[in-house]
Amino acid sequence: MEVDYKALKDGGFMRQIQKDHFSLRLKVVGGNLTAEQFETIAAISRKYGKGTVHLTSRQGVEIPFIKLADVEAVKAELLAGGVHTGVCGPRVRTVTACQGSAICPSGCIDTHGLAVEISERYFGRQLPHKFKFGVTGCMNNCLKAEENDLGVKGGYTVAWRKEPCTLCGVCVKICREGALAQTEDGILFDEGKCNYCGRCVKSCPFDAWEGEPGYILSFGGTFGNQIAPGKAVLPILHDKEALFRVSDAALAFFDKHANASERFRVAIDRAGWDAFAREMEEAYHG
Amino acid sequence: MVDFQVDETVDITDVVCPITFVKAKVALEELDDGQVLLIHLNDGEPVQNVPRSIKEEGHQILKLTGNEDGTYDLVVRKAGG
Repeated sequence: MEVDYKALKDGGFMRQIQKDHFSLRLKVVGGNLTAEQFETIAAISRKYGKGTVHLTSRQGVEIPFIKLADVEAVKAELLAGGVHTGVCGPRVRTVTACQGSAICPSGCIDTHGLAVEISERYFGRQLPHKFKFGVTGCMNNCLKAEENDLGVKGGYTVAWRKEPCTLCGVCVKICREGALAQTEDGILFDEGKCNYCGRCVKSCPFDAWEGEPGYILSFGGTFGNQIAPGKAVLPILHDKEALFRVSDAALAFFDKHANASERFRVAIDRAGWDAFAREMEEAYHG
Repeated sequence: MVDFQVDETVDITDVVCPITFVKAKVALEELDDGQVLLIHLNDGEPVQNVPRSIKEEGHQILKLTGNEDGTYDLVVRKAGG
């Protein structure tokens, strides 16, 4: 019987150098799995693999040494245990995320919630080449947003309120961008220098700084054969609907302008960043 | 400006992160609720991180002042139970 290796690969079965063995890629969203899913994975790895798993560079889990003959049984047993197989090939890949504001004191946005929404909307969607989304909660950028075809970074648009402020001096010292200065009766805020890190909001002992959570998007990041960080072409967005209008438009742009097997970055470079930025701005404004 | 009287002082300029915060936290634990601690700390990482960590623990920061030798004094009121 002829084996359709491409279909296997598309479904997350990665061919190994060992004949008729596959490293099975599992679906993970935002780097989170439940203990029950881990137990399922452990059981499958013991029963069908070699009792090991591989943690991938993009928060994925692979079970190596699955035999060709066991593929269907493994899929069924995984599914029964609440674990889905991943994808490979020219489509939207695993959506990665840091822990975000639900867990991390530095987080400005709910990264995992957003990763789930992005994954539900796009995961597995066919495109000219692979397409990676990554969501990071703040300027510390633990999730490396700019490495992704479309990176989302959380930030705060900040505003100072005079009334609760005691001029304690913490925010001026904590701002890494030199955007704040203290006078005798207030704080001067140079908005042009602000990078939306939100450290003033997070550190203010008197809640004199208000922060509105927002998304900073970067496009065309690639860190494989070609290395280039994603670029921001829009101001910080505060509304999730606008974010999805823009990501819809970015994928449409990729579909329209890319040759087969060409990464998003290359397609934007050829079509022109100005043209790309215009389309993103149009989508942003709705 | 908030009025306060310092009850205790701790010098954390002799340690580095994350021991800076640990030392400040231990000093706070020895105080009663509502008492005021003055933390003497270095410029750089300590002054960038310790005030925020103190806030995250729920204590009330009263004042941060810069000294001429590049160190800082952070005045904290221990959170009431």
